[in-house]
Amino acid sequence: MNTRRLSRSLMLLTSLLAGCATQVAPWERGQLARPEMALEPYPPEASFRQHVFFSKESVSGGYGVGGGGCGCN
Amino acid sequence: MKITALTLCLLAFGSMTIQAAELNTPAPSCRVQTLTGQSGVDPAAFPGKVVYLDFWASWCIPCAKSFPVLDQWHSDLGGRGFEVIAINLDEERQEALNFLQRHPVRFTIGADPAGKCPRLYAVKGMPTSYLIDRQGRIREVHEGFKTSDAAGLRARIESLLSEP
Repeated sequence: MNTRRLSRSLMLLTSLLAGCATQVAPWERGQLARPEMALEPYPPEASFRQHVFFSKESVSGGYGVGGGGCGCN
Repeated sequence: MKITALTLCLLAFGSMTIQAAELNTPAPSCRVQTLTGQSGVDPAAFPGKVVYLDFWASWCIPCAKSFPVLDQWHSDLGGRGFEVIAINLDEERQEALNFLQRHPVRFTIGADPAGKCPRLYAVKGMPTSYLIDRQGRIREVHEGFKTSDAAGLRARIESLLSEP
């Protein structure tokens, strides 16, 4: 009884995982190429934020390490 | 036991690979509709001509770079038995038409939204182009497109055109 249940759930799991084995073909990336699919929706803003973050992080750096919080990194 | 077999079956199906279109073998025949839908085109059905078969899509940035170059070749070398066949792989036909409005060209555009031909030719990246010689054999496979590739490709086409 228990084995049957186990085998059933395993079969179900396998069939679910079958989707993972399929590959997106190189010519099927049209949807992925859409701008709204990008990981970063606003690249300029993201780079600016990162720059500010990095500069501020540098302020609390150790001795003799490059970067003094002047925003020149 | 059964489960193992089933698992193996499913995995095998999921990662099925297809025989690639190889160098120096006859180009596989693959008939598609033209984008306008008025007629059909088969890149392997141009005996005695040198064919530049290009797989492209509207979302592919290097494709946009390649189109003016291909159009130039088409007008320069068309008289010497050179054909450009560009098969579009967009799922939405309108997107291909919009692309062509931005990059107008005069060569033949095929449409294969189902992806039958790229599967047959084992396309690995976009764009991929195949140079088919006058005997109908694939002589070169070119993945991607940079403007700096143009001169080398053109030289290759010219040398294929000078073959019997």
